[in-house]
Amino acid sequence: MANALSRAVTGVQEWFNDRAPSFGPFYRKHMTEYYAPKNFNIWYIFGVLSMVVLVNQIVTGIFLTMHFKPSAAEAFASVEYIMRDVEWGWLIRYMHSTGASAFFVVVYIHMFRGVMYGSYKKPRELVWVLGMLIYLVLMAEAFLGYVLPWGQMSFWGAKVIISLFGAIPYIGGALTEWIMGDYLPSDATLNRFFALHVIALPLVLLLLVVLHIFALHEVGSNNPDGVEIKKGPKGNRWSDKAPADGVPFHPYFTVKDTFYTGCFLMICAFILFFEPTLGGWFLEHDNFVEANRLVTPEHIKPVWYYTPFYAMLRVVPDKLLGVLVMFGAIVVLFFLPWLDRGKVKSWRYRGTGFRAAIFVLGVCFVWLGKIGAGPGTDPVETVVGRILTALYFGFFIFLFVYTHFGFEKTKPVPERVTGHD
Amino acid sequence: MANDGVDKGRRRFLTATTAVVGGAGVVVAAIPFIKSWQPSARAKTAGAPVDADISKLEEGQMVIYEWRGQPVWIIRRTKAQLDALPGQDGRLRDPKSENADQQPKFAQNEYRSLKPEVLVLVGLCTHLGCAPKLHAELKPEPFDAEWKGGFFCPCHKSRFDMAGRVYDGVPAPSNLVVPPYKFVDDGHIVIGVSEGAA
Repeated sequence: MANALSRAVTGVQEWFNDRAPSFGPFYRKHMTEYYAPKNFNIWYIFGVLSMVVLVNQIVTGIFLTMHFKPSAAEAFASVEYIMRDVEWGWLIRYMHSTGASAFFVVVYIHMFRGVMYGSYKKPRELVWVLGMLIYLVLMAEAFLGYVLPWGQMSFWGAKVIISLFGAIPYIGGALTEWIMGDYLPSDATLNRFFALHVIALPLVLLLLVVLHIFALHEVGSNNPDGVEIKKGPKGNRWSDKAPADGVPFHPYFTVKDTFYTGCFLMICAFILFFEPTLGGWFLEHDNFVEANRLVTPEHIKPVWYYTPFYAMLRVVPDKLLGVLVMFGAIVVLFFLPWLDRGKVKSWRYRGTGFRAAIFVLGVCFVWLGKIGAGPGTDPVETVVGRILTALYFGFFIFLFVYTHFGFEKTKPVPERVTGHD
Repeated sequence: MANDGVDKGRRRFLTATTAVVGGAGVVVAAIPFIKSWQPSARAKTAGAPVDADISKLEEGQMVIYEWRGQPVWIIRRTKAQLDALPGQDGRLRDPKSENADQQPKFAQNEYRSLKPEVLVLVGLCTHLGCAPKLHAELKPEPFDAEWKGGFFCPCHKSRFDMAGRVYDGVPAPSNLVVPPYKFVDDGHIVIGVSEGAA
């Protein structure tokens, strides 16, 4: 009996491999024979976590579209309907809204990890650029999604963000009308934002994620020591040709990632069940009031993941310049691999100046985030915001000068990853 | 193998023409999709002109109409407010209303209006589209010790005078917008069309 069963399984496998001979090698290349450095630490779980959240967003999103009505007249009521009348609708909706914030938490940590350990440096520049594109699409995706419930902050947030395009000389006015399909955010705007949010951008996002992973798997993962394991000695328990300091992604890191995914999901579940709006940080209180185009909320602010950039927009007194500074803050990140001329990757072996600078960068980002989330009426805060904005851009200038002119005093980088056997 | 006797010029010509025609086709085919995002016929109809009755509007009062989903303020200014306007010029970013996008030609004057006392403005801050509040009295305000009446935006503290002209040093880049409008008679205004237009 067992014999017959195993013959049947083998038979199906052979039948499949005859017809799709490249599937097996594909799986091995990316899973069981993808050798990742054995010294990965906790900072290395956030790439996988962002994929977990992406799956959550897609699944919960699909179920939300089954009840949501993408029209200005019905959207707000249909979200309330999901929250009150659809069985478990509240859970699915809060999974989606909490997931959006969780996405940015893990993506920001993932990006900061890349800066700490120099993961954007040669030969991984393409991985970084593709990752930045994902971040950009993600910001657009989150913005579009926030408009859909058609609450006060949906409407006014949309108005403010779209009006940013109005700062472009000559075509600004026509461009904002084209984006909105009307003279103000309206039914047409909501309807097209829905289409972009549920179809267009998710497709782009998925494609970019696949490219990000493929690009990574071509060059191999970086690690906390910033040592290229592919350049080190060869031969491990699984293969003579594989890097000695690498272990197969599956099962070693899949098990590790599964454990941390469990921890991560517990934190998410806690927020989801006990504090789904996180005191107005994940879902703003004003968004529980239906959109009213004649009543401006007392202060309009975006969700926390945009506030550092929003703060930059606000502290610059000129509108066009403010918009340029805000977008410039994101664009400059794309060029990080070429601004940083240092050869040493990991902050463990980099100069004190670099370590101090990324600490300052982190502080600027968080503090600007706090300022951007506030009412913006305190003149002292405006001055502080300007200093922080200058420091944020100063990081990139400093980094270039520091590394290009050889001011950086690095420590010796080990031949192999620390803690190899 | 098959490259023997290939007419390279002919091949290059075919490649180039195919690319050009194909490229032109893609551009032309994109037009309907891009145009589909323009305000639809229905949206344009909804944006039609609005009649406003100001016959009962007293001095110093404001009435708000809605045009194209935007609040339009109509204010009958007092003599004191009008007299204070020229004195503000030195503190303003664009005292002479030189930025032609912010008002129709007819409002490019000291009062930014057809009739000096009747002010018509789109009630949206030129910074980020919030609704500024009317602070009509000529008295010191917390945000300006020499306040001569005008509008204050609670969002980002932009200030405008009683002609909707923006003060220097605030986030709003330009004066408040004067919409196209015309008087039908002394008590009635049509918002959305200028004199001379249909």
